[in-house]
Amino acid sequence: MTGERTHTVNPEDIKKEILAKYPPKVARKRAKQITPVTSDEKDGLQVGANVRTVPGIITQRGCCYAGCKGVIMGPTRDIINLTHGPIGCGFYSWLTRRNQTRPPSDDAENYMTYCFSTDMQDEDIVFGGEKKLKAAIQEAYDIFKPKAISIFSTCPVGLIGDDVHAAAREMKEKLGINIFGFSCEGYKGVSQSAGHHIANNTIFKHVVGLDDTVMDAKYKINLLGEYNIGGDGFIIDELLNKCGIELVSTFSGNSTVDQFANCHTADLNAVMCHRSINYVADMLETKYGIPWIKVSFTGPTSTINSLRKIAAYFEDQELIDRVEEVIAEEMIPVEAKIKEVKERCQGKTAMMFVGGSRAHHYQELFRDIGMKVLSAGYEFAHRDDYEGRHVIPDIKVDADSRNIEELTIEKDETRYNPRKTEEEMKALEEKGYPFKSYDGLIPEMNAGSLIIDDISHHETETLIAMYKPDIFCAGIKEKYAIQKHGIPMKQLHSYDTGGPYAVFKGAVNFFEEIDRMLNANIWQYLEAPWQKAPELSAKYVWE
Amino acid sequence: MTPSRSHKTTPSYTPTQNACKMCTPLGATLVFQGIEGCVPLLHGSQGCSTYMRRYLISHFKEPVDIASSNFTEETAVFGGGANLKLAIENVARQYSPEMIGIATTCLSETIGDDVPLILNSMGNAIDGTALVHVSTPSYTGTHVDGFHGAVAAVVDRFNPAGKKIVYRPKKKKKINLFPGMLSNEDLRHLKDVFADFHVPVTILPDYSERLEGPSWQEYQAIQKGGTPVSAIEKMNVAVHSMELGSVLGLMAEKGTQTAGTILSKRFGIPCTRLPIPIGVKATDRFLDALSQISGRPVPERYKKEKWRLVDAYVDGNKYVSKKRALIYGEEDFVVSMAGFLAEVGIIPVICASGGKSKTFNQALEAILPETLIDQIVIQNDMDFTCMEETAAGMPENLRPQIIIGNSKGYAMARRLKIPLVRVGFPIHDRVGGSRILHIGYKGAQQLFDNIVNTILTARQTESRVGYSYM
Ligand code: SF4
Ligand code: SF4
Repeated sequence: MTGERTHTVNPEDIKKEILAKYPPKVARKRAKQITPVTSDEKDGLQVGANVRTVPGIITQRGCCYAGCKGVIMGPTRDIINLTHGPIGCGFYSWLTRRNQTRPPSDDAENYMTYCFSTDMQDEDIVFGGEKKLKAAIQEAYDIFKPKAISIFSTCPVGLIGDDVHAAAREMKEKLGINIFGFSCEGYKGVSQSAGHHIANNTIFKHVVGLDDTVMDAKYKINLLGEYNIGGDGFIIDELLNKCGIELVSTFSGNSTVDQFANCHTADLNAVMCHRSINYVADMLETKYGIPWIKVSFTGPTSTINSLRKIAAYFEDQELIDRVEEVIAEEMIPVEAKIKEVKERCQGKTAMMFVGGSRAHHYQELFRDIGMKVLSAGYEFAHRDDYEGRHVIPDIKVDADSRNIEELTIEKDETRYNPRKTEEEMKALEEKGYPFKSYDGLIPEMNAGSLIIDDISHHETETLIAMYKPDIFCAGIKEKYAIQKHGIPMKQLHSYDTGGPYAVFKGAVNFFEEIDRMLNANIWQYLEAPWQKAPELSAKYVWE
Repeated sequence: MTPSRSHKTTPSYTPTQNACKMCTPLGATLVFQGIEGCVPLLHGSQGCSTYMRRYLISHFKEPVDIASSNFTEETAVFGGGANLKLAIENVARQYSPEMIGIATTCLSETIGDDVPLILNSMGNAIDGTALVHVSTPSYTGTHVDGFHGAVAAVVDRFNPAGKKIVYRPKKKKKINLFPGMLSNEDLRHLKDVFADFHVPVTILPDYSERLEGPSWQEYQAIQKGGTPVSAIEKMNVAVHSMELGSVLGLMAEKGTQTAGTILSKRFGIPCTRLPIPIGVKATDRFLDALSQISGRPVPERYKKEKWRLVDAYVDGNKYVSKKRALIYGEEDFVVSMAGFLAEVGIIPVICASGGKSKTFNQALEAILPETLIDQIVIQNDMDFTCMEETAAGMPENLRPQIIIGNSKGYAMARRLKIPLVRVGFPIHDRVGGSRILHIGYKGAQQLFDNIVNTILTARQTESRVGYSYM
């Protein structure tokens, strides 16, 4: 498999080696995004993030449109998602993420296997595409009678000046269903992160708060930033139910438009992926008075902490006890599996470059089976996802972020209803209860490791050559290049075809998967004896 | 859930639902992958590159790099010249490539960036790396147009008009082959055929090694394999060109510039145009043409392959005869596939493609027996929703019983409850998509076995008894 591993590599040396290959300007830019963790004293470490990729340096990032349509809106099954643009953008975002959904019945609305596009042609580019867009909306309505239609703008649309919002308004009035548009042209922002923001803002503006029905449940929460990849959302949901906690809505795994409309009636927001959705949590708090906490259901320890956090928020002994019961029960198979797998995985090393939260959340799973994370980084995160929320006021707003709309939110006059009084909140905080708090990825990193934001090919190669990891986690775009080195590669965006990996059950799956990958026979066949020493085996035959 | 839209043979409605085509630059970047030492670069926002990489990777299951000039909002407004230059410089420095293949996206096309002008200002090269451009707005064509456009652009660039032919080898006469968008295994097969004929050939593009390579002893910035630029430069001294694809041939006749027409116009190199050789008849024609051009007999092994194939046709005939199929994909692929199905006795009741060359009908008419044409619904500029409706709207005794095409038809096949045989591109819900052999007698053999077995499986599954013996 991999060669001799040297644990004594100095991350500073790797950084130097990486930067040496770049021309000075690029090197200066990249230097800010590469942060060695040299000791356990990590205060003040900075990671430059959410800055534009240099043209010609191949990035794994997608575009704003991809973040908006694919990531955030993709998992909602009953909104017709209509791409306004030429065919490619819509085609490539057609069910390519593994977000799962469970419609209540076979003939319930589910448009996820569909790909709708205005498929713009020459004349639309020249004369404008609004007419075609409106006709498309009309037709989608005539055929499917959906509850809602949303329109996604691709790059050319922004340029020819089609007003998708005006078209949406007009058709909404005409058809009497909810229709809204996203100005998510691919050139906006620096990565899919811009698209997450635009998607969430639009949902907040056009859907949230439309339905005031209050669910009949004692502990009602929203789960924000969980996209049900590989069925993660299903088992989180199951676990919460087992504890007696109900989800009003999930943003946006296995979701429906009605859930969004109703989400302001929940009593707590639990944020999974901080990057993609923390601002929705903020807006829900400002407008409706729902507090939020950061949770993670990746890894048993985080799951336990998150369940306890939720229970502690409701301050109800019955729930607190129930949660402990569930934890005790669920941990039995997890502990057994750890014991089994650890033997074979102990001491091995991993790297992960993915997304805006998983490079943090998944570290725990590797630690649990005795593995060490040598290097990690995000694809589209911002500084607060590395350094923690306390840096938010210091983050410079550059041209790329400035053109993404920030909503100004105020208290809802009639529906603002603080779920806890100021005193109650304070009392909880004094007990150490962490409202609105996220410390980011840095605290997870070991001394001797390296953080790299928006990693490039060249950087990946250098890392592999110098650290020689036993397993590498990223996405499909990196997968086959990594495997060419004989290093197993786990996709942490789509989970390959595996998953779920969330909560206790998922952890067991994940441990099994890593064990299989690290200890599979296949790697030993890469080289036949005659390939290793051709002269030798030739000699053997002829002598 | 089945939409209740009336059944039409051509889409008369506005949006495209579940498209049966990809966008233009995807085809171009695939061609660039098939040139040795070439890095594809998309001029536009990064999303297009990322999407296309993702798409190609999920089919080939190999690394695929496509650089981007990475537009910002300002670039989109003020033009992308500076970004393009920077991207070219960065790619050149990182990869030291032989060539950078630059395709435009809808964005740079909409802005109207004059890429040839920008490249001209750089002397069409950077540090000895050739810069080759193809214009690929997706609002005017499909991935197929991008593919052929890129092949033509590359040939054009390295074989400029007026290029002096220094020496046209008398002995080692070379043939140029433009195979169109085939699988890796198809390309390997073509190489074998030429080797067996002892005829030197330049195949453009040839991504069969780069997109299916061995593991690395050391890092490869650009994977090995592909048509060398030096070979493309010598295309003008070949004795003959061959271009595969019926629709492509018709388009060329109607004046579309193809690699073959460029070489024939500029250098008088005759070009033979043939359908993609799927099935016995088309393969017969292909081998026959090659034999005539090269003056060499068809090698023995192909005769044997053909006997085996025809024998298999006989053995399997009762399972496929008069069966009805729905086929879709690139126009040229569908045309040849229809020809093959017809020869084994399957009626391709629906022949559909997202392409809109306007020559699809003509090409199908040329390849299918007249008696069959009336029984067939031909659909171009088609999406999967319309295809599905057409199939669902057919009376029971005319409805397709088997579907043949790429992975994108899966949802349709599932809803229609008709088995799907995966061929063509993209295949991302099965392994081995790039290893499917479609062409030659051997390819026909594999297709035939696969189709018969799929029909048998369906029969077996439906059977109450569960026969284990045919
Ligand atoms: S903008 Fe054009 S080139 Fe880019 S993905 Fe969309 S259709 Fe393809
Ligand atoms: S054109 Fe723009 S929106 Fe479409 S894929 Fe490319 S970058 Fe994204």
